[in-house]
Amino acid sequence: MSSSLRNQIGQLAHRSVLRTLRQPAQIVPAIVFPLFLLAVNAGGLKDATNLPGFPTDSYLTFILAVPFIQGALFSVMNSGTDLARDIETGFLNRLALTPLRGAALLSGLLAGSLVLGIVQAVVYLSVGLIAGAELAAGAGGAIVLVVLSVTITVAFGTIGLFAALRFGSGEAVQGLFPVFFVFLFLSAMALPLDLLTTDWFHAIASVNPVTYLLEAIRSLLIEGWELDQLALGFGIAAAVGVVGMTAASSALKTRLVRT
Amino acid sequence: MSANRPAEPQVSSRITVGRAVAWRSIHNFLTNPAFIVPSLLFPLFFFVSFAGGLAAIGEVPGFDFPSGYTAFQFVFVLLQSAAFGGVFTGFAMARDFETGFGRRYMLAAGHRSGIVLGYSLAALFRAVVTWTVLTAVALVAGMNVGGSAGEIVALYALAVLVNVAATLWAAGVALRVRSIQGGPLMQFPTFLILFLAPVYVPLDLLSGWIHTIASINPITALLEAGRGFISGDPVVVGLAFAIGIALSLLFATWARGGLRSAEAAG
Repeated sequence: MSSSLRNQIGQLAHRSVLRTLRQPAQIVPAIVFPLFLLAVNAGGLKDATNLPGFPTDSYLTFILAVPFIQGALFSVMNSGTDLARDIETGFLNRLALTPLRGAALLSGLLAGSLVLGIVQAVVYLSVGLIAGAELAAGAGGAIVLVVLSVTITVAFGTIGLFAALRFGSGEAVQGLFPVFFVFLFLSAMALPLDLLTTDWFHAIASVNPVTYLLEAIRSLLIEGWELDQLALGFGIAAAVGVVGMTAASSALKTRLVRT
Repeated sequence: MSANRPAEPQVSSRITVGRAVAWRSIHNFLTNPAFIVPSLLFPLFFFVSFAGGLAAIGEVPGFDFPSGYTAFQFVFVLLQSAAFGGVFTGFAMARDFETGFGRRYMLAAGHRSGIVLGYSLAALFRAVVTWTVLTAVALVAGMNVGGSAGEIVALYALAVLVNVAATLWAAGVALRVRSIQGGPLMQFPTFLILFLAPVYVPLDLLSGWIHTIASINPITALLEAGRGFISGDPVVVGLAFAIGIALSLLFATWARGGLRSAEAAG
């Protein structure tokens, strides 16, 4: 990477991080909402641990994986809305007049998602452990869990960038939120895949990548070091990131040609 | 006779205003996919996720609901969609005031409470559309209905009360804030009170802090009565209807205060 590109990414990353940190309306819901659902689900579904074959006797430990994915969904909204605002206010057009490279723009914009991802992961894990959740993989597992969570958050953030560049409107990006929630709802979110007794739901959850992201996080919390599940989780996150980044790069080229 | 005369035009004016506001709001709802799609999809996602993904919860020891887990969750999603039909209408109301359309309503309306009446009618229409789709999906999915026709009517009557109360709550916020930025203030308390009720299992199977909160949460009685109706074993019926009516009256007062606030703001 050339020093010029590093400098461009650094400048935009600095702006993106400051912008994220200066908007409590982006940070607070992304942390509070998943924690509220964690508390409600952990209390309301505690008896699920009595089902034969349930992998742990702590539903809190089981459901603790969910806030990490919900937090990543907020990253789609936050990264996309910020870029859409740049498009709506004409800031992107002004950037297009500079020698800034597309790769620098997209990478720099993801810095805000990266910081938010770290904050979210640390808060979710800390609150979960304080509330009594277990972490079978120990201290090393906590680090891997944070890295995995941040990888997922940044990967989802690329989809937000693509949506913003494709539609050019913050409202359209916000409209994607329910669509992404469908992926979470139709996964092994509340029960393990083996205990999804409704056939069609089991079939959908089996092919839903979110199920395997959840299982990768859960493996660290419940089982310890399950390398195949971790590899699958990191692999899916990387694939989402590559696809999202490729689509965003293509949309950026189209948008700059259009303007 | 003479004492009745001024009242007739007032009532007539209120209904006329209400019909006009309702018509515009319903037209916007039906013609804009950004409004109608989330209203229909959100309850369906919740229903599919809960009834499909949590079906095994019906096998938890101590869980005894004769009509099965799909019907158990249907009642929650029905009441939830009733509440959110009201909240989404509150969003529309806030947007109208933010863009200045609400102020034009205030200037034009002979009787301003007709404005709230109109939004309430639109919210009910929204909810009825959602309930129709939700009920059809639930029946196709094989939901067992143990209740009689009268009991099912009572279940939907409870949902109407929830819709009215939620609309009046959201209207009170929208008329005070007069900006879509008040959206979270309408939505979050509604979400909170709904999810702090026995959503996934009956109250008896809850324990700890959530049992304590669910025990004093008024939505619990509405849910228990609704689930009793659908399974043909009505419980806490009087209490549930009393709570539904009390909430509607309470939030009618709240919405009336909002109207005064909007009038004072000019």
